[in-house]
Amino acid sequence: MIEKTVKIVNKAGLHTRPAATIVKLAARHKCEFFISKDGININGKSIIGVMTLAAEMGSELVLTFEGEGEEAAAAEIIDYISRGFDEQ
Amino acid sequence: MKTFKQIYDHAENKITGIAAAPGIVIGPVYLYTREKLEVINGEITNCKEAVKNFREALLRAKKELSKVFELAKEKMGGERAAIFEAQLMILDDPILIETIENRIYSEKRLPEFIVDDEISKYQKMMMSAHESYMKERAHDIGDIKNRIVRNLQNRRWQSKIKKEAIVISESLSPADTVLFSRNDVKGFVTDHGGLTSHAAIISRSLNIPAVVGTHNASHLIHDGDMVIIDGFHGYILYNPDEKQISFFESKLEKLKALQRELEEYKGKPAITTDGKEIHLSANVDVSGEIDIVITSGAKGIGLYRTEQVLEELSEFPTEEEQAKIYRNLSSRVYPNNIVIRAFDIGGDKFKYYDFQEPNPFLGLRGIRLLLENKTLFKNQIRAVLQASENKNIHFMIPMVSTILEIRETKKMIEECKKELKKEGKNFDRNMKVGMMVEVPSAAVMAELFAKEVDFFSIGTNDLIQYLMAVDRGNDLVSDLYQQFSPAVIRTIFYIVREAKKAKKEVSLCGEMAADTLAIPLLIGLGLESLSISPSTIAYATRIIRSISYKKAKKLAADCLSCSGEKDVIDRIEKFFEENSITRTRNLI
Repeated sequence: MIEKTVKIVNKAGLHTRPAATIVKLAARHKCEFFISKDGININGKSIIGVMTLAAEMGSELVLTFEGEGEEAAAAEIIDYISRGFDEQ
Repeated sequence: MKTFKQIYDHAENKITGIAAAPGIVIGPVYLYTREKLEVINGEITNCKEAVKNFREALLRAKKELSKVFELAKEKMGGERAAIFEAQLMILDDPILIETIENRIYSEKRLPEFIVDDEISKYQKMMMSAHESYMKERAHDIGDIKNRIVRNLQNRRWQSKIKKEAIVISESLSPADTVLFSRNDVKGFVTDHGGLTSHAAIISRSLNIPAVVGTHNASHLIHDGDMVIIDGFHGYILYNPDEKQISFFESKLEKLKALQRELEEYKGKPAITTDGKEIHLSANVDVSGEIDIVITSGAKGIGLYRTEQVLEELSEFPTEEEQAKIYRNLSSRVYPNNIVIRAFDIGGDKFKYYDFQEPNPFLGLRGIRLLLENKTLFKNQIRAVLQASENKNIHFMIPMVSTILEIRETKKMIEECKKELKKEGKNFDRNMKVGMMVEVPSAAVMAELFAKEVDFFSIGTNDLIQYLMAVDRGNDLVSDLYQQFSPAVIRTIFYIVREAKKAKKEVSLCGEMAADTLAIPLLIGLGLESLSISPSTIAYATRIIRSISYKKAKKLAADCLSCSGEKDVIDRIEKFFEENSITRTRNLI
């Protein structure tokens, strides 16, 4: 299992488009993927779940990956978030 | 040949309202009612069948939504259509679908109940978040929930409206009007609202006839009924007889001929008979309208309301998204100018905060809200600046009521310029910054405000409502919303005079400028620039080309000494008569 805390660096926060991209990235991997924030734990492969996270710039998310391909999934998704969703 | 009066005097199938957008249309009605969803919590025995129904409902919902998505991409651009893409993804959400199917098997309840219950959980979570945009997002989730439930109940998608229909509705929200603007609606009738309601504004910008404030049209008229909408006089005839139909068909012919004639005015300058040129620019309310602006002959965009971006995106756009939209508009109208107005959120326009203000029109809106939300405002300023490379963007501040608000705004703009310079970004260093004069305190202080800003734009819609202390949407007092009140005329006169003294540009961008009756008066008051709906440019050009500036000045002087609105209107009508100018509605 990989657990990692990431910070949202994008000014607009985790808005609809990056939420969709994260889910799409996660779908490419077999491992389980969860995101938790402020005590809410949601499945990262569920778009409706990810959209529920009100993650503004500066807020922290705890990501957990478990199962086949967890390393590749973690690398890809963490990189995408720290790149500011390619928007800056 | 009968006259309109003869037709209406004897008509028992007549509904009276406010003529909100000119034109005549005859056709069947589409009665638009916003659905109330009722979900039954029933037990089931055949779970397999229920899951099958659920999957089929998802498929149908997906089909519907893909169509909306395509339409949205075409009419609003891929960027703004992203929200529908996310909704489509929800219909494929593996976790959500699995949870719902498992619950159907274990709880043995109707899928519509499970779907409603499960998705509502997410909505509740979003509603409880502090971030304001989450409420909008909860709304989107609600849409998708309703769509699935509706399909489970095998009902038609109500919000999908017939193409080329005449829409009759109790009232229309901004979101409804965006939807209708995509469907080639032929006419609007609403029970509520006045000349400045969303339905009225959108009708004028899309050039379709509308009658509003009818009180009970949506109750008297049934879906599929034949109606005649007369947007010149403000009447509706439902289930018309043959005589009425043939009368209006002949009027329609005349109207078409007139419109062909008006086409000629499109390329011509709006110049009075004695050589005074009036600058006519366009108000832009809905995207897609920009094409109409280009072909209308308008000299650029005199008012671009940026809050429409929020309405269409239903979440706050990023700096980059905004810059892209503004840059695109700026190049489309180049070498003409575009006046971009900062988000005018609040009032009836867009709910930013969760709490209900007791008096939204006197509350946190326009510049007041922007200065409270500096990040939001700064993003917009930076976006506007970055889009300003063509040097044809002017930036305008809404709802200014004190000098301090202007000073603080200017300070923020300077800060943003410094930042952008550091970041090595290009922008127009001398971008003009102006303000809306729409609050009486700003109007009274016009002399001092003129020293602080580069230009004024008089927003008559709000100015009249604040000056007369009348809620423009309240039918009980809407007759006091008097655009020809001498108080309004004197105020406009004063603002224009002070702007000219300070050698600052001044224009007028309210609905008043689109009223052919008001045009000679406004020009006489000294206005040299008007911003109006693109579809009314040709009408205004025709009027301006038939009046003399000298006589208009005399008209304005007379009106300034009138004591009541009726005197003013009588005086203007006399002006039209004396100078043999025919109002558009009298030409047909």
